[in-house]
Amino acid sequence: MNWPMPSRFSRRTLRVWQRNFDVYRLNWKISFIPPLLEPVFYILAFGVGLAVMVGDFEVQGRTLGYTSFIAPALVAVAVMYNAFFETTYNSFVRMYYQKTFDALLATPLNLEEIILGELLWAATKGLIATLLMGLMLSLFGLFSYPGALLLPLLAVLGGLFFAALGMICTALVPTIEMFNLPIFLGITPMFLFSGTFFPLQNLPGWAQVVAQFLPLTHLVALVRGCALELWTPALWGSLLYLAVATLILVPLAIALMVRRIIN
Amino acid sequence: MAPILEINELRKSYGALDAVAGISLAVRPGECFGLLGPNGAGKTTTIRMLYGFTPRDSGSLKLFGLDIDSHLREIKARIGICQQEDSLDPDLSLRENLVGFARYFSIPRRDAEQRAEELLEFFALENRATDNVRILSGGLKRRLMLARALINGPELVILDEPTTGLDPQSRQLLWDKLAALKKQGLSILLTTHYMEEAERLCDRLVIVDHGKVLIEGVPRELIRREIGRDVLEIADPDPQIRAFLQQQNLPFEDLDKRLLVYLDNGDELFLKLTRDVRAEGCTLRPASLEDLFLKLTGRELRE
Ligand SMILES: Nc1ncnc2c1ncn2[C@@H]1O[C@H](COP(=O)(O)OP(=O)(O)OP(=O)(O)O)[C@@H](O)[C@H]1O
Ligand SMILES: [Mg+2]
Repeated sequence: MNWPMPSRFSRRTLRVWQRNFDVYRLNWKISFIPPLLEPVFYILAFGVGLAVMVGDFEVQGRTLGYTSFIAPALVAVAVMYNAFFETTYNSFVRMYYQKTFDALLATPLNLEEIILGELLWAATKGLIATLLMGLMLSLFGLFSYPGALLLPLLAVLGGLFFAALGMICTALVPTIEMFNLPIFLGITPMFLFSGTFFPLQNLPGWAQVVAQFLPLTHLVALVRGCALELWTPALWGSLLYLAVATLILVPLAIALMVRRIIN
Repeated sequence: MAPILEINELRKSYGALDAVAGISLAVRPGECFGLLGPNGAGKTTTIRMLYGFTPRDSGSLKLFGLDIDSHLREIKARIGICQQEDSLDPDLSLRENLVGFARYFSIPRRDAEQRAEELLEFFALENRATDNVRILSGGLKRRLMLARALINGPELVILDEPTTGLDPQSRQLLWDKLAALKKQGLSILLTTHYMEEAERLCDRLVIVDHGKVLIEGVPRELIRREIGRDVLEIADPDPQIRAFLQQQNLPFEDLDKRLLVYLDNGDELFLKLTRDVRAEGCTLRPASLEDLFLKLTGRELRE
C-alpha cells in the first residue's frame, strides 16, 4: 500500500464531485424531503411524546428541554449517515456495478483524484443535510445564533471523516451485503451511545470512557456546543480528535481504495 | 513512420497465471490493428495496462513516442477507450453521458455540446439523445460507449470488443463508421471475436494465446501463407473419402465429423472428388481468417 502523494491531485478532482452533483440534481426534489421532514418527525415524537416524561434538565448551568438537547444530535447523526452511506453503498455501486471508476480512469483523471472526489461529494451530502435540517430546527427556535452558523464547517469536517470511514469499508468488503457488519457493529451503536439521546454522564463509568473513543461523540459534542452556544474547553479536544482522525483517515481511505482497484 | 503505440515485452501475472507473457507489437499511425485471441488470451489485460488501470509487471509501453510512466495523463488525454464492459452512467441521458464525459478532458462546455451532437448523429443515436441510458438495449449502449470514446477527438482509439452483442445491422453500421474514422486518419487498436470483422477492418493484426503473440501480419497474406487459398470441407466423411484423400497425398485436418483440406488451388480436386467419390456434404470455399485462427489456437474450448 502506498500513501497518496500530493502531486497526484489536480483540480480535476472537482469534476468527479461535479458528476455526482449532476446525478443528485436530477432527483433533488426527492433528496430534499428526508432532511426537511426527519427533524419534524423527531420533534413530534420526542418533543411532544417523550419530553413530558423526561422533563427539563440542566446542562452547564442552563436549563434545557429534551427537544433542545436532541436537536443538534439529529444534525450530527445526519452528517454521519449521509456521508457514510454515500461512500459505502453508493460508491460501491459506482465502483462495482456501474464501472464508473473504470470509465473515469480512461480519462486524464487518476484513481486518487476519483476517490478524493467521492469523499468530497459525500461530505457535501452531509453539508446539504445540515443546511436543510438546520433550517427546520431553527424555525422551531431550537438553535442559538450566531453559534449555529458554525454548523456547516462542522458538517464538512464530520462529513469528510465519516466519508473516509465508509470508503475504508468499501475498500475492504468483498460484497455489498457485507456493509451490514460495520453498520451493525459501528454505526448503530454510535447512533445510540454518543451522547445523542441522553447525556453521557448517565452511562456507567467504563462506558463513558469507551464513548470518548467514538467519533460521533465528538461530532455531537461540537454540534451541540455550537448550536446551543454551550461553550466548554472540552470542545477543543473534540475538534482536535476529529481533525487529526480526518487527516489520517482520508489518505488511508484513498490508499486502500487504490490497492483494492488497481491490482 | 514512428509507431503511435509501441508495446515491448509486456508481462502481467495473476498469481501463477501468466495473463500476459511477453507481448510485443507496434501500431502505426493511421492503421487499424487487430488484437485477436480466444477467451482469456490476455487481450483485455493488455489493454488495461495501456491506460494504467492494471500495473504491468515488466516491459515498456510507449504511446505517441511518450513513455507511459512519465506521461500517463498526457497520453490519456489523447486516446479514447471503449472498454469491454459497459461503464456508462445509467442515471444520465445519452447526451449528458457524452457532455459529462467531456468535462474530464477539460473540454469547454460549448465545444462538448457540439461534439456530443455530432457523435450522436454519427452513431445514429440522435433520436434517443434525451433517453435514460438505463433503458437502452445492449446494442445502443455499445454504440454510445464508442461515441464516448471519441468525445475528446483522440488520435488513437482502443476498442475492446466494440461489436460484441450487436445485431447485424448495427455491426454493419459500426464497420462503416470505423472505416470512415480511419479514413480521417484515426489509428485504431481493436479486439474482436468476429473474424470477418477483423479481416475487413484490420490492416495488420496479431493473434495471441496464453499471453503470447502467435503470429503477426497482414490478414490476407497470413491466410495465404499459413492456410492457402481454398478450404475443402467434407461433412460426415466415410472411409472411401479418407482413402481418396490419402491416395491424393493431401494433408487434411480430421475433426471426426468433418474433414478440412487446405489447398492452394482446390478447383481440380473438388471436381474430381464430387464426380468420382461423393458430391453431397462437400464444399469448396475461400480460406478465411477463422481457419487460421482455429489452426493456431486449437479447437478446444477455453476457460
Ligand atoms: N483481476 C484479475 N485477477 C485474476 N485473474 C485475472 C484478472 N483479470 C484477468 N485475469 C485472468 O487473466 C487471463 C486473461 O484475461 P483477459 O481478460 O485479459 O482475457 P481476454 O483475452 O480479454 O478474454 P475475453 O476474450 O474473454 O475477453 C484470464 O485467464 C483471466 O481469468
Ligand atoms: Mg477481454
